[in-house]
Amino acid sequence: MAKIKSLEELMKIKENAMKGLKMRDSGKKGKIIVAMGTCGIAAGAKDTLRAIVDSLDEKGIEDVAVVQSGCFGLCDVEPTIEVHLEGADPIIYGHVTPAQAKRIIDQHIVEGKVVGDLIVKKGEL
Amino acid sequence: MPAVENTVLICAGGACISAGEKSVKEVFEDTLKKYSLETVVRVVETGCMGACDLGPILVIYPEGVFYQKVNAENAAQIVEEHILKGRVVERLLYKGDTGELKTKPQEELPFFTEQVKIATRNLGVIDPLSIDEYIARDGYFALHKALFEIGPEKVLETLKKSELKGRGGAGFPTWMKWDFTRKAQGDTKYIICNADEGDPGAFMDRAVLEGDPHTIVEAMTIAAYTVGAQKGFVYVRAEYPLAIERLTFAMEKAREYGLLGNNILGTDFSFDLEIRIGAGAFVCGEETALINSIEGKRGIPRVKPPFPANKGLWGKPTLLNNVETYANIPPIIINGGEWFSQYGVEGSKGTKVFALAGNVKNTGLVEVPMGITVRKLIYDIGGGIPGGKRLKSIQTGGPSGGCIPLEHLDTPITYDNLKKLGTIVGSGGMVVMDEDSCMVDVAKYFLEFTVEESCGQCTPCRDGTRRMLEILERITEGEGTMEDLDLLKELGENIMATSLCGLGQTAPQPVLSTMRYFWHEYEAHVLEKKCPAKRCKPLMRVVIDKDKCVGCTACARVCPVNAISGAVRKPHEIDPEICTRCGSCLAVCRFNAISKVSP
Amino acid sequence: MSVVTCPDCENLFAELDRYIDSVKDNTGVLINVLHKAQEIFGYLSEEVQQHVSEKLNVPLSQVYGVVTFYNFFTMKPKGKHQIKVCLGTACYVKGADKIMERLQDELKVPMNQPTADGKFSIHAVRCLGACSMAPVVLIGEDDYYGRVTPDEVSKILDKYRRAE
Repeated sequence: MAKIKSLEELMKIKENAMKGLKMRDSGKKGKIIVAMGTCGIAAGAKDTLRAIVDSLDEKGIEDVAVVQSGCFGLCDVEPTIEVHLEGADPIIYGHVTPAQAKRIIDQHIVEGKVVGDLIVKKGEL
Repeated sequence: MPAVENTVLICAGGACISAGEKSVKEVFEDTLKKYSLETVVRVVETGCMGACDLGPILVIYPEGVFYQKVNAENAAQIVEEHILKGRVVERLLYKGDTGELKTKPQEELPFFTEQVKIATRNLGVIDPLSIDEYIARDGYFALHKALFEIGPEKVLETLKKSELKGRGGAGFPTWMKWDFTRKAQGDTKYIICNADEGDPGAFMDRAVLEGDPHTIVEAMTIAAYTVGAQKGFVYVRAEYPLAIERLTFAMEKAREYGLLGNNILGTDFSFDLEIRIGAGAFVCGEETALINSIEGKRGIPRVKPPFPANKGLWGKPTLLNNVETYANIPPIIINGGEWFSQYGVEGSKGTKVFALAGNVKNTGLVEVPMGITVRKLIYDIGGGIPGGKRLKSIQTGGPSGGCIPLEHLDTPITYDNLKKLGTIVGSGGMVVMDEDSCMVDVAKYFLEFTVEESCGQCTPCRDGTRRMLEILERITEGEGTMEDLDLLKELGENIMATSLCGLGQTAPQPVLSTMRYFWHEYEAHVLEKKCPAKRCKPLMRVVIDKDKCVGCTACARVCPVNAISGAVRKPHEIDPEICTRCGSCLAVCRFNAISKVSP
Repeated sequence: MSVVTCPDCENLFAELDRYIDSVKDNTGVLINVLHKAQEIFGYLSEEVQQHVSEKLNVPLSQVYGVVTFYNFFTMKPKGKHQIKVCLGTACYVKGADKIMERLQDELKVPMNQPTADGKFSIHAVRCLGACSMAPVVLIGEDDYYGRVTPDEVSKILDKYRRAE
């Protein structure tokens, strides 16, 4: 990576990364964000993350990115994940155990059906 | 397959099911089929929406219209009116306190809507390991603006206008600290970030470091440029390994991008950061103790003045701010001081992150404008007290703070208001306590903390807090006298007046504050030898009600010390001599036969 | 002088020296070096402290002073699995003291002392910052347990007992 020296270079990175954040042109259908703060990890977010990655691998789903983020602030319902599919409002799920994570992949990612009983919040945080 | 036009969420929480949700769903789906709408309307059963007294509940998207108290009869009507003709069925809408119709109460949920995220703007939004995503959210644009567009004087002016005060506890105007350090004589200056979040119950700094580490790198670089420093240190608690890992990674990436290190953004300004890891000493949250610790010494506070701005790390001018304070800097530089000061109230501008913990439903981090009332924070945002218990008090400011009792719930949270109540905003930790908390025991807990954490340098703090703890131990064991209470107060006031540093000057606060608002609890311990909350073990017993006990033996099996005896199907008994009052039996009894008593 | 009973002390000291050489030019690195030493040896014996003092050219009295000042440093060996019970305010309000008691009952050791088989030791720590999960127990560096009840204690311990 060359060092940044101007506003233009900074803007360029911003524009590219914006696409990633919004997932346009990224070739991905969507992304799953796992809240990996200490509180999330204390509630088992590491296992949840592993279950998500395993489950996606198992099903050969390659167009969904799995990323980690800091604490959403919804510590009460950890582990939390956000499912962000292109063209749809992001959905935040709470109390996502590895088993529930597999359910979310099966229902939400594969079949496109929101897993109603785990929803914490619909729309942008 | 035709595109789905509507999604209908039906609440299938326990309360709604018992109110007839299943038949509502059936009728709803049948009616959809009748009009051949089943392929374009998706019906989803959701978990409990929380508004159980309004059930069965049904929400129709994309509009998000919220119908309450739906039954089998009017479910068909909703399909015919709302789905088919696009007309909202008004009589089934939720009505507010004053009778006004509310179509979307769920978007008015205070936990989400009351928040204004500035310091925590990127938490949960970006990948903390991606510098590009930080840049996508305007990261490092503030640094660019400071370096190329406005310069140090304007940075100071912007901070002054923002009226940002230190978020670590003391609440000192941030711009003044920066200005003092800028004006201090010397070629070598240092920037320090205090990430030694020692207050038990506060975790916003950890969340920011873990979730948005670049904001600290950027803010400290701006600070260095403004005051003329070349080197900075982030002092992180050893208890936060993940924060250390992510911050280290962020610093490496920033160096790669030319945003940290030599010739930042191609200019001749150079600045670099180093992480220093704390080693578990609460007193290191005090700025001069922290400086000693970075120097590799015992973390004992220095006498002030001289202040760090003039004589800090290795005797050089040093600027010290905490994590949350820094996290506010980049957005303030980008959006201007007035933008920040539009939030909050006179004397306490902007937003503050609060950590809700303890006996409250929605535990978590919330960032809200200063001046919000305690009630709103605990009940609207925090969702109130779980388990049908009553709120007793809210502890703020950790071991340096005090408690806010019920009668002051409507106080707007500002630096001045909380000071008048005998507590502090502190770092923003709010531990909610219900009726099961004993306030004398809580005061004792904090004293145990300060006794252990006192650095031992000055006598009032080292010896005085220990004497106070001894008195509190006597009281909670039922051995206290009324003279003890007078002595406790006198000692506390003396320690506050004569201690060297902030730790000692505030250590008696939890005791004095609980004595001020919960005097009757102290009296009960002393005069009646009674703990009203049944928390102090020497003053309470666990007993089995012979009339209710059916002799199921569940309690006897779970007792870790075998204090419970009794034959099967015969009432059991607890031997108070053996019983450790652990409460395990209380949790397993299904007949409500076991209870705590205080004589 | 206490003797460090480790099979490959030489290698461990060499590892520590490599670290010291890499940071020695920075000022005030004593605490960082002690962190590293404790990570390598598990605890800071007199021998290790003496070694650090000589390598960094810092008086032994100062090294000892720092080691005894900070809660994080220990001069006694710890158990293989260190059980850290958070005693922060939120955890306290939610009954962390009961978890602490139960652990000591189960393992039959007081705080800061390893069990006879050397497998466990119990430590009280200040707020781990996971207050919403209170009460919290951390075993080792990575295994967080949230909303622990006294009755779960034995189940949690079993995991580590069985792992042998």
